[in-house]
Amino acid sequence: MNRQSHTDEPGGTSLDLATVRSLFPCLQQQIHGNPLVYLDSAATTQKPISVLEAMDGYYREYCSNIHRGIHTLSERATAKYEDVRNKVAALLRAPDPRSVVFTSGTTEAINLVARTIGRERVGSGDEVLISAMEHHANIVPWQMLCEEQGATLRVIPCSDEGDLILDDLVDLISEKTRIVAIGHVSNAIGTVNDIKRIIHSAREMGALTVVDAAQSVPHMNIDVEDLGCDFLAFSGHKVYGPTGSGVLWGRLELLEAMKPWQGGGDMIRTVSFEKTTYADVPLKFEAGTPDIAAVIGLGAALDFVNEIGLDAIYAHEKELLDEAVAKLDQVSGVQIVGRPNQRASSISFVLDGVHPHDVGTILDQKGVAVRAGHHCAMPLMKRFGLVATIRASFGVYSESEDVDSLVEAIDEVKVIFR
Amino acid sequence: MNDFRDLYQEMILDHYRSPRNFGPLESQNLSARGYNPLCGDEVELHLYRDGDGILRDISFEGCGCAISTASASILSEVLKGRPENEVRGIFEEFHKMITEEGTAPEGEGLAKLKVFSGVKNFPVRVKCATLVWHTLIQALNEKEEEVCTE
Repeated sequence: MNRQSHTDEPGGTSLDLATVRSLFPCLQQQIHGNPLVYLDSAATTQKPISVLEAMDGYYREYCSNIHRGIHTLSERATAKYEDVRNKVAALLRAPDPRSVVFTSGTTEAINLVARTIGRERVGSGDEVLISAMEHHANIVPWQMLCEEQGATLRVIPCSDEGDLILDDLVDLISEKTRIVAIGHVSNAIGTVNDIKRIIHSAREMGALTVVDAAQSVPHMNIDVEDLGCDFLAFSGHKVYGPTGSGVLWGRLELLEAMKPWQGGGDMIRTVSFEKTTYADVPLKFEAGTPDIAAVIGLGAALDFVNEIGLDAIYAHEKELLDEAVAKLDQVSGVQIVGRPNQRASSISFVLDGVHPHDVGTILDQKGVAVRAGHHCAMPLMKRFGLVATIRASFGVYSESEDVDSLVEAIDEVKVIFR
Repeated sequence: MNDFRDLYQEMILDHYRSPRNFGPLESQNLSARGYNPLCGDEVELHLYRDGDGILRDISFEGCGCAISTASASILSEVLKGRPENEVRGIFEEFHKMITEEGTAPEGEGLAKLKVFSGVKNFPVRVKCATLVWHTLIQALNEKEEEVCTE
């Protein structure tokens, strides 16, 4: 993939790690007497002080509702909120900010698509295609839709290496396929999927394409025009922003043709008891008062990310992931789950003879925060014959010492369970 | 600071490595399944309760982490041969011991349950220790549906 070309450039990492880390208050603490080693950024990232200050600033200085106030505070809040829409559009290389809909997160964004255009496009006998490595948020809404409409959910299989098997894609995508919904990066094993190829095949058959970018937006540059997808969803809280912020980007002409999802204030033009006319996109999809502080926080988070640059973030994280894979491979008893062609964000592994839950508890006692469990990807766990793994995931603030602490803590687990 | 060695005592590790009464039970006349969605652990408990309400035999299958496996294994050992009413009382005491300031269940042959007292300091692991107990109660109540910790 063309991503590779930036990252292999020498000196790609231009990150002043000590400065970056100092911007994250939550990282500056001890857990059970040990410095916190935060390796759970795929669950949620820590927040830089600028995000906290932006949210605090809204509540302290211009707290007001948006899109309806005639007074100064409301004008300020509206301008700030709408400016974040521009920032998101710039992040995704989307030509029109009106194609950016704020949601509470990726889950809500995917449900919005499934419940609106999904219901219109998918009928009895049709098919929806997902992949074997989807997060539950990109499985269940489609499953619900298929059950409701009498359609069939089909699945792109996954190889032992943890890559999607795309050789039989032509058999999986047919004129019956109405929607193809694919995760860009696997939250469970870190695979970067070749979504451009999948999107291309889907479009040839006239299927709508939905990208779950929750695990890719924090780690790499995204260009929705280049990808060619119809919808793309991500969560603010995984890209250094607050919980409660999320985005659905959609092709403007599709969003404009879609019926609203939820009814209420802000999404209307006029209301009478006889008939309501709806607001234009994107407000048509933003009924009720949104999480204004969270959206403003997301704006600050995107400023933070842009200041460092996603190329630098990707290069830094790639270096750490490569180092972590190499070091974990040296630990006897550790089996890494999946050896994908391209990896971002996460490494999943198991330790012989010790359940991931027990590993997680002991690691926590050493200050090392990892995720132990099925990572909301139970079908993928089943594919690998596992009920759970340990997942270490990385962010811009992760450092080489974190990998060493992880390995040392695993050695400790082995001593206990020897 | 909570030392994880209080949690992972030798007896727990021993029962994890070599679970007792593991496998199906031919004489079974009661059974139930329990599931912990947090970690994916599943347990299937088999009981033989005689006409006098005494648990004559107990075995289990499944499980996963050290805490839940050892809990099932030790339960099967210490409750075998006890009347149902007493078993329900023991669970109440066991539950208190690992969730609040309760002491270990008293009584002959129950000392082993004390190894789980360290669980109290690890709230996220309480469900691991109690999964098999909830499953036991479900079996005794002759309820069909699977026990779920969430």
